[in-house]
Amino acid sequence: MSALLGKLSWDALPYDPIVITTLCVVGVLVSVLAFFVIKNKLLGPLWFDWLTSVDHKRIGIMYIILALVMLVRGFTDAVLMRLQLAMATNGDPGYLAPSHYDQIFSVHGVIMIIFVAMPFMTGLMNIVVPLQIGARDVAFPFLNSLSFWFTFSGAMLTNISLGLGEFAMTGWVAYPPLSGLEYSPGVGVDYYIWALQIAGIGTTLTAVNFLVTVFKMRAPGMKLMDMPIFTWTCTWANILIAASFPILTAVLGMLTLDRYLDFSFFTNDRGGNSMMYINLFWAWGHPEVYILVLPAFGIFSEIVSTFTGKRLFGYKSMVWATASISILGFIVWLHHFFTMGSSANVNAFFGIMTMIIAVPTGVKLFNWLFTMYRGRLRITVPVLWTLGFMVTFTIGGMTGVLLAVPGADYVLHNSLFLVAHFHNTIIGGAVFGYLAGFAFWFPKAMGYHLNVKWGKAAFWCWLVGFFLAFMPLYVLGFLGMTRRLNYTNNPDWNIWLYIALVGAFVIAAGIVCQLIQLYVSYRDRHQNLDTTGDPWNGHTLEWSTSSPPQFYNFAVLPKVSDLDAFTDMKEKGEAYTRHASYAPIHMPRNTMAGVAIGILSLVFGFAMVWHIWWLAIVGLVGMVGSFIARAYTSDVDYYVQPDEVARIENAHLDNVAKG
Amino acid sequence: MSDHSSEAHSHGSVKSYLVGFIWSVILTGIPFWMVMTEAFDKGPTYITIVLFAIVQIFVHLKYFLHLNFSQQGKLDTYSFIFSAVVIVMVVGLSVWIIYASNAMMM
Repeated sequence: MSALLGKLSWDALPYDPIVITTLCVVGVLVSVLAFFVIKNKLLGPLWFDWLTSVDHKRIGIMYIILALVMLVRGFTDAVLMRLQLAMATNGDPGYLAPSHYDQIFSVHGVIMIIFVAMPFMTGLMNIVVPLQIGARDVAFPFLNSLSFWFTFSGAMLTNISLGLGEFAMTGWVAYPPLSGLEYSPGVGVDYYIWALQIAGIGTTLTAVNFLVTVFKMRAPGMKLMDMPIFTWTCTWANILIAASFPILTAVLGMLTLDRYLDFSFFTNDRGGNSMMYINLFWAWGHPEVYILVLPAFGIFSEIVSTFTGKRLFGYKSMVWATASISILGFIVWLHHFFTMGSSANVNAFFGIMTMIIAVPTGVKLFNWLFTMYRGRLRITVPVLWTLGFMVTFTIGGMTGVLLAVPGADYVLHNSLFLVAHFHNTIIGGAVFGYLAGFAFWFPKAMGYHLNVKWGKAAFWCWLVGFFLAFMPLYVLGFLGMTRRLNYTNNPDWNIWLYIALVGAFVIAAGIVCQLIQLYVSYRDRHQNLDTTGDPWNGHTLEWSTSSPPQFYNFAVLPKVSDLDAFTDMKEKGEAYTRHASYAPIHMPRNTMAGVAIGILSLVFGFAMVWHIWWLAIVGLVGMVGSFIARAYTSDVDYYVQPDEVARIENAHLDNVAKG
Repeated sequence: MSDHSSEAHSHGSVKSYLVGFIWSVILTGIPFWMVMTEAFDKGPTYITIVLFAIVQIFVHLKYFLHLNFSQQGKLDTYSFIFSAVVIVMVVGLSVWIIYASNAMMM
């Protein structure tokens, strides 16, 4: 039996009523969705137009859907934790057993970073970057599809752990020796390892893909220093991914060897050194937070410049500030473990490097302010997110500089002050940025506007909720409360824990507003179509296409002679040119290879978690085999004929003329 | 450099391999001779070995790995420099961190 099913047995099924209820609700939702798809005969379009698509815009949309679904799960975990801490005061055990609670805080961290923020960022990058540089797709469209399906598989593996077995109880960092076999004998850490490993490979491939795209496929005339600022920030993020994700792959690989083959890289005995895990984990983990936040900075830059109707102030200094942040961000990782007790010189070096990052970040903030200065800022939803970010992120940045002082860090390490700080920067920086970008580029990607009223309501709920939920955590940190506590026994803390719970509910209201916004906007889409393709009077090339863009993006590749390429074209009267004839357009064909390899990687990961070796071999051989089969397929492309291009282009230009 | 840029991405000429080989022999031979004959004190010997080794790295990069700054070759060179910088930063700083923390525990 164990040869057939490995460690899998009836014990793996959940017994916790909370988990069972959740699974039932998810089951009902999935059934309803499946019923809807089948009833409306959408299975064909879903498969042929979406799941097997290699179109960067559709892949981007799928990334964002994945991010939003996982956001709901990760946020539910957050509410469960806040509720537990508000109930489990004065020594009361609350409603979540420690073993369950520990899984929740671990999975919350993993989901929010790896399966919400990363796919959201990658999704926006997918939709926007090729359009901004005037390219017809990314350099390797099939690889792009494969990257998405790896990310998807990692996310699903994390979700499966809810129903079968358990997730890691180690926190999202999974430090050994706690995450070693001796102290975590269950499958939780294995789920963690394989979910991150599979998704991480997808992310690395994405970075390679987009680096080649921006270096090799820019429109004629576009020099590197003519690239729109969002593309630049994504490029630096991709450089950081290329440099740091292999470290994660390697360190998880070593932990895998420790757990599966009795190696001792990180064990207590036999010469292992668990400090090395912490060191390598953060050598990836710190660049990772810059990978998340740099594209958000790019989004804010685009928004500030577009909605003030001005050129971005200090474009070159923005690019170099991004470069400095990327390079400095790569040599500060030790500040996550000052208390490990390395020498004073080591701590001083990393502390000072960390503080220096505030300088280029400050440059960015002033550039945004100077762009707004004497501009006419239109207060739209993306601008609201930007203004909210500027206030919130400044606070988060300052508490970060405080934590960069090794002496202060010894007091605040692993306290709720730290928890408040990184939520302040990740929510107030990265997430606000993605939501701003979501509102900004939604008409471009979908072809209709988002409802403004619900968008503003969502913003205010998020902003107020954020401050209510996280400012109390700063106070609690000063009062001495450490992170990952299951219950508390200090009456002084209670009031702050209650306020934080209220804050979580206000953010929940924000998320509900966003879901309603999506529904209302979809319902009223015919009244709110974006027929011009340029709803905000944009500056960059993505706004020169129709909304949603034609599948080939540009019928004729644009010639770029200015940083704000589309503004330049509009001023010269070259925008919306009707061409007499078009050349055939070379396009990649959709392929199911990406889905197949992705799903097989899920099979492989699941089998490895449960030690079902035959299934792992099936998964691995299937992945490699599918890849080889794909490599030997010669029918991978086709040409769009000029008459079809002309028909699509003329229809769009007629729409533009009608306004 | 000029004879390289014309045939960048090729695998070099017999001449360039010979030049690289002769340089490598010289740069290996001198330290070897210094150690074997003990003609100098330990200090200068060590310094010479290290310096010649570093120079030889660049000889290998130029003549055997064909890294250069020509139009076609510079992307290879940049990715090499990128990898080298990343490795120096991650490995170098990691060694420093772990060595210093071990020293603190002694």
